[in-house]
Amino acid sequence: MPISVKTVSRPTSESSYVRAALKGMALTFKHLLQPKWTMQYPEEKESATWSISSRYRGTHRMAVDENGKAKCVACGLCPQVCPANCIKLIPGEDEQGNRYPLVYEIDEFRCVFCGYCQEVCPEEAIHVGVHYENAEYDREGFVYDLQRLMAQPHEMSTLWDPSDPKGE
Amino acid sequence: MNWVTGSAFVYISAVKILVVFTLLMITIAFWTLVERRGAAFIQNRLGPNRVGPGGLLQPVADGLKNFFKEETLPPFADRALFVLAPMMAFIPAFLTFSVIPFASPLPTPWGLVGMQVADLPIGFLFILAITSLGVYGFVLAGWSANNKYALLGGLRGSAQLVSYEIAMGLSAVAVLVFAGDITLNGIIARQQASVWYVLPLFLAFFLFLVAAFAETNRLPFDLPEAESELVAGYHTEYSAMKFSMFYLAEYSNMITASALLVCLFFGGWDIPFTNWDNTPPWTVWKSLATFAAFSAKTLFFLLFYVWVRWTLPRFRFDQLMDLGWKVLLPTALGYVIFTAVATWALEVPGRAFGVREGLILAGANVVLGYFFFRVLDRNRVLGGPANRGRKVWRTSETTRRL
Repeated sequence: MPISVKTVSRPTSESSYVRAALKGMALTFKHLLQPKWTMQYPEEKESATWSISSRYRGTHRMAVDENGKAKCVACGLCPQVCPANCIKLIPGEDEQGNRYPLVYEIDEFRCVFCGYCQEVCPEEAIHVGVHYENAEYDREGFVYDLQRLMAQPHEMSTLWDPSDPKGE
Repeated sequence: MNWVTGSAFVYISAVKILVVFTLLMITIAFWTLVERRGAAFIQNRLGPNRVGPGGLLQPVADGLKNFFKEETLPPFADRALFVLAPMMAFIPAFLTFSVIPFASPLPTPWGLVGMQVADLPIGFLFILAITSLGVYGFVLAGWSANNKYALLGGLRGSAQLVSYEIAMGLSAVAVLVFAGDITLNGIIARQQASVWYVLPLFLAFFLFLVAAFAETNRLPFDLPEAESELVAGYHTEYSAMKFSMFYLAEYSNMITASALLVCLFFGGWDIPFTNWDNTPPWTVWKSLATFAAFSAKTLFFLLFYVWVRWTLPRFRFDQLMDLGWKVLLPTALGYVIFTAVATWALEVPGRAFGVREGLILAGANVVLGYFFFRVLDRNRVLGGPANRGRKVWRTSETTRRL
């Protein structure tokens, strides 16, 4: 033997192949009968043991006030904080001097889903959403405009709360 | 009723070939599914269940995929042998099933039809001869692909198949000696008249089982493929239907090995505890019932293959060789001698072996089996060279010298 192997001497009961093999066969047979963990995804999206976290950061959603208008005041903080530079905001002003977004677009392809936009928003207008099915047929479909952001039906992320780190 | 003869024999044989081939193909197709779902269930998953009800059409989807995939032919490969190799693996794998009897004789208007494709007088020898041919497929595939992993797989395959062929043949010799017959029909008839040979020849059964696992390249002996070490072993460079042919050959070998285990040790198509199924007059119902019995036994062993595959890890190559040459071969040799002596001692002129002789041998097997497993259970047999109490050349000694 050209290669030496370091061996640990163990009692026969621990190093026996036959016994270990039989033990293994019994174990796999036990697993054969156990309930399965698979979640059949498109049909089942939650199970008794798993559901999506409320802290999940998915595609965005714009909050809407009681008049059905976007809560956004076009302060410009979210495009400022965005590390991926994926928010396009052109501010406008109405007759009363209220600022509102003329153009508000988020390129979800550039977005890194850090959630900073939600954290920084003083009006709690822009949110990341608890949502993960985003398929589109072309790239243009991933640039969400204001109308689309307002129309998103999914839940808003609660993000991570430093005072409750484990989400209890 | 007489056996079929003449031109009816030719036609009926053709029909039998067709039926058996189709049945084998269907079983193989569904066994790929059983394998995957069995694997999934053992791992607490569900496995492929999307195509068709319960995933039943998954094999069809796989088959279609393989038909439409690109046939690759590597520029560095030896073309002729590269194309020949899958056939060399495929043909013997399907040929071996031809001598396996799978039901009691079927009465037809033209006479009695034996339910096996070919009732060869050399029976078991034919199987040994043809299964050995399968090794050419692996070796040629490994060599002609001109790929180092494929070559390693082919080399391992040849070494493994040649080593375990001997143990397999010798363990079956015990059966042939005890039955005094070499045709599978004869062996089955003897088992029907006495007891299933798994009792009087248990050790032979165990050796045959282990050797059959090695012969069919299944885990724990799947070293020729060894996907974690050799990419895909001997069929690394194959794709589409050429790869499928290796796949079919592997599963066909598995089915043949299971059927052979059933024929040699579990009474073939015998239904236990009754003589109804193995005495004339033969009827269609008897054929169906015995075919069901045969299928049930074979399917059990096929399931056992799946179960073992997802339980035991692969052997190291030196462990494989140790097990083949130092454990199975001497045990099988000794067992042949033991069976020969026992057969000679128990023989009464003019009387075939019955239940009494079978039970005497079964008792002897309990004793032999106890010692065999006791020795096998010691860590020295499968623990590798360093565990054998022999002082091996250690690096610590060499470094001290340096």
